[in-house]
Amino acid sequence: MNEERVADTPHVVVEDLVFRRGRKLIFDGLSLTVPRGRVTTVMGPSGTGKTTLLRLIGGQLRPDSGRIWVDGEEVARLSTRRLYALRKRMGMLFQTGALLTDLNVFENVAFPLREHTDLPEELIRNLVLMKLEAVGLRAARDLSPSQLSGGMARRVALARAIALDPDMILYDEPFAGLDPITMGQIVTLIQRTNRTLGLTSVLVTHDVVEAMDISDQVVLIAEGRVMDAGTVEQVRAGMSAWSKQFLEGRPDGPVPFHYPGDSYRDDLVRGRESRND
Amino acid sequence: MIDALANLGRAGLRWLSVLGRASIFLLRVLRSQDAVVRRYRLTFAEIYSVGVRSLLIIAVSGLFVGMVLGYQGYITLVRFGAAEALGGAVALALVRELGPVVTALLFAGRAGSALTAEIGLMKTTEQLSAMEMMAVDPYRRVFAPRFFAGFLSMPLLAAIFSAVGVIGGYIVGGGLLGVDSGAYFSQMQAVTDWREDVVSGVIKSIVFGFVVTWIAVFQGFDAEPTSEGISRATTQTVVMSALAVLGLDFVLTGMMFT
Repeated sequence: MNEERVADTPHVVVEDLVFRRGRKLIFDGLSLTVPRGRVTTVMGPSGTGKTTLLRLIGGQLRPDSGRIWVDGEEVARLSTRRLYALRKRMGMLFQTGALLTDLNVFENVAFPLREHTDLPEELIRNLVLMKLEAVGLRAARDLSPSQLSGGMARRVALARAIALDPDMILYDEPFAGLDPITMGQIVTLIQRTNRTLGLTSVLVTHDVVEAMDISDQVVLIAEGRVMDAGTVEQVRAGMSAWSKQFLEGRPDGPVPFHYPGDSYRDDLVRGRESRND
Repeated sequence: MIDALANLGRAGLRWLSVLGRASIFLLRVLRSQDAVVRRYRLTFAEIYSVGVRSLLIIAVSGLFVGMVLGYQGYITLVRFGAAEALGGAVALALVRELGPVVTALLFAGRAGSALTAEIGLMKTTEQLSAMEMMAVDPYRRVFAPRFFAGFLSMPLLAAIFSAVGVIGGYIVGGGLLGVDSGAYFSQMQAVTDWREDVVSGVIKSIVFGFVVTWIAVFQGFDAEPTSEGISRATTQTVVMSALAVLGLDFVLTGMMFT
């Protein structure tokens, strides 16, 4: 296969994915593709299994049925050794940062390098400082994770995620709970990382404005299925009633404001009848 | 009646499933034990945290237990005019029973609960997941070194407990109550048998170390990733370890001394 064809093949393919957690059906025949070298954002309401999708792509969970390919390899069928080899080419940014609390910022970024390479200490130091400089936290290298704000922790986690120069980064809710300045920093970092390193980025979020700004492709999921997918323009142009409600943040619509149940009138009448009895 | 039976069945199934998970976990930890040697720095750090940092509580408790044994032993023995046998009585009680058992109980409270809380918190804050996603196996990086450190530290701590206890007994017996020093130690040597008493005590402490560390590390791994979950897991570690140690002590004593 020549290089052009490799570049054309999608980085991640999810096909007819079915996944249950206990009795709850999380994904019901979900299919999507993530093109290589682009920013793809998966959006949907809370509790639709967006984080679960990232864990399935990373091989931490196994689908009940359906298949997931990453870089042409079917994730669920890989041996532990090959799965770990795949994960070395894949970074993941957790919502909380998930920094190792017994190590300082420098050691957290150095962690994957120390675990997977035999590089001399001086080279590790140079690499770590380079990654920390990229996220603007070189001077914070001696701080412990407990001394970092939420946004800083996420930036350190991003530096750690790119430490091994992966081909793809999975971002789990990168904008959740950030102030506008930090949000701007993270948005810029994701964009810059994607452009300068030519990475495939998969974002999972429900922050519509920021996500639409930086995405090449958007996938909207709800009720275990894909509601709409395509470029930002395509999704905006041909969106369904559900997507319109989600993207415009309308309180009522296909997703009702009221939790499903009996009508309010019936409830009131029933209350009066029981008092009369 | 049917409800009671159903509840009993449900509880039984739940226990079986916990036991199954714990066994699979143990197998995977044991299979990762080569990491203990390969990553000896991590193992040393854990031995320091689990073993060395438990030294003070173990030594102080051993001293007090030995002193109490000195008093109580003297009061009983002096009635029969056998106060010189105090050294033997204190040493046997410590080496056979109190050393392994009390050390295991203290170890569960001091080091076991800390192991559970630490691992539970690592799970809650997604540190274990992050390691997996960085292609680092938490069994080799986190569980195996901690398990080995606990398993190794416990018999050593029990030995220290017994040794300090003997000194405690001597301080009270020889120092305060006037038992002859030579008699105290010669009786101890005469009565205590290497294989029958010392080896049996060491075997007990090895078994307790294995079980307490297994429970502690597993409870952390299996904890529900919430603050209540960690609190419950930490309590479970102490309670289950205490019950397991006391129950196993009965079984082992039955096997060794009958």
